[in-house]
Amino acid sequence: MSDHNHIKLPEGSIGKTTTTLNLGPTHPATHGVFQNILELDGERIVKAEATVGYIHRAFEKIAERRPLYQITTLTDRLNYCSSPINNMGWHLTVEKMLGIKTPKRVDYLRVIVMELARITDHLICTSIVGVDAGAFTGFLYVMQYRELVYEIYEEICGARLTTNMGRVGGFERNFSAAAWEKLERFLKEYPKAQKELEALLVRNRIFYERTRGTGAISAERALNYGFTGPNLRATGVDYDVRVHEPYSSYEDFEFQIPVGTTGDNHDRFIVRTEEIWQSLSIIEQAYRKIQSFKGAEAEVYHADVPEYYLPAKEDVYTKMEALIWHFKIVMGETDIPPAEVYQAVEGGNGELGYYLISDGGRSPYRLHFRRPCFIYYQAYEEIVKGSMLSDAVITMSSLNLIAGEMDA
Amino acid sequence: MFLTRYFSEIAEAVGSLLKGMRMTGYYFTHHKEIITQQYPDNRATLVLPERFRGEVVMTHTENNEHRCTGCTACELACPNGTIKVVTKFEVNAEGKKKKAVDKFVYLLELCTMCNLCIEACPTDAIRMAQTFEHSVYDRSQLTRILNKPDSKLQEGVE
Ligand code: SF4
Ligand code: SF4
Repeated sequence: MSDHNHIKLPEGSIGKTTTTLNLGPTHPATHGVFQNILELDGERIVKAEATVGYIHRAFEKIAERRPLYQITTLTDRLNYCSSPINNMGWHLTVEKMLGIKTPKRVDYLRVIVMELARITDHLICTSIVGVDAGAFTGFLYVMQYRELVYEIYEEICGARLTTNMGRVGGFERNFSAAAWEKLERFLKEYPKAQKELEALLVRNRIFYERTRGTGAISAERALNYGFTGPNLRATGVDYDVRVHEPYSSYEDFEFQIPVGTTGDNHDRFIVRTEEIWQSLSIIEQAYRKIQSFKGAEAEVYHADVPEYYLPAKEDVYTKMEALIWHFKIVMGETDIPPAEVYQAVEGGNGELGYYLISDGGRSPYRLHFRRPCFIYYQAYEEIVKGSMLSDAVITMSSLNLIAGEMDA
Repeated sequence: MFLTRYFSEIAEAVGSLLKGMRMTGYYFTHHKEIITQQYPDNRATLVLPERFRGEVVMTHTENNEHRCTGCTACELACPNGTIKVVTKFEVNAEGKKKKAVDKFVYLLELCTMCNLCIEACPTDAIRMAQTFEHSVYDRSQLTRILNKPDSKLQEGVE
């Protein structure tokens, strides 16, 4: 009788006037693995649903079974655009728990590395905003300068993206002469590149029209969501972990916190651009401070904590004590005291926090990463509702949503 | 009033576009400053940083001797089970039994080049090589035995 009735359409789908669009999980416009289920009326978004968890790797659970020094490799894979910041943040957390005081020179070396990472992170974000607005050229130009930073990483630790840099207590090796040379070159050449990028995008009419007033969020809503970092500062709140809770001797540096006013895509872009200039000035200050160290102080690259810092290889071979410490550390036999600490660093994206609970033993009882991207993504639905589809894409990149950090 | 604003906006827009185009044009005419490298043609001249972490290798002397005592510290330090040290017992000249490495199995496909094993090795037996062309046609080629056949422990290392 009813042969043609075998297809069952979902309830209400015949009279429906909107289109459902899956933006992601693997869509060229989503830089990373996100899925946004958008309800479109023409090109206008009437409803958005953000999905998380496509690259969830259970890092917090894995960390519960690892000795502390092996967790650094997990932090690399959070925000992979600025992994040294994640590494340093983790070392700072462990040092806070163990009560290790690092020498000033180590702090300054860390500041240099962290600010370099911030520059690369912002560089990717700002140029990707350009790409999504249709200006691909800027992105290609800055890659060559990001390369300079990656070469510095290579000289310091040997890797480019997943750096696993440093150890609890300092660095595994001192910076090589080549690393300093490349840093100098970077400081000299980079401002020109930054000006080029700004010439391409800032005040460019098309870019301005595309970003101004789109993807805006008010300061109040941003604070309610728990925004931090450049995305919060673009709304006009001057919160920066480096200033409000200085770590790694940030209190020794002079720098400004750029803030925006409207919290839209354009302000986020401008705040990041200005932060790059501030980071450059911090690196220069740190470099000068490091050069002012004399004698034995100028060679310090780790704290003197034999219980937690691997001894030099010659000592392991000749001294009994060093040999014992070496094996104890490698096997994770050095017990960590029961403690509960929270340490935050100003990551490329915002406040990157490590909440570490230990009940003694060799590995954490619980470790939580406070990932700023996860929080921004919660607000994404609200931000894009009512805007055009093409603006939603720019919003995603200007919030600097990184899938690796969002999903941990 | 309206018209002047209209035209000045157009002028500004065109100006800002030209500013951007000048940048592009600059590189179009100054192709010496372009930094694209002609890989793989430049393989011979490619220099990698001294600390570059490419893959784990075991250092051997010209007498086919290595420094690995088979202590398995590297195996314990590896966060993702890349290394498997198979040990055996050797009887030395005085008739004493001693632990020695039989096979140092390294699974390149699991390695994240994190350097933790190198730091953990007390005798500096392994190091990072500056290689990066790791692609092969068959997965089994990624499982490597790092100690060379018939290699011995270097004299004086224990
Ligand atoms: S480099 Fe890291 S992942 Fe690779 S074998 Fe060594 S410890 Fe394991
Ligand atoms: S390579 Fe080094 S750490 Fe690994 S088993 Fe040999 S001696 Fe021990």
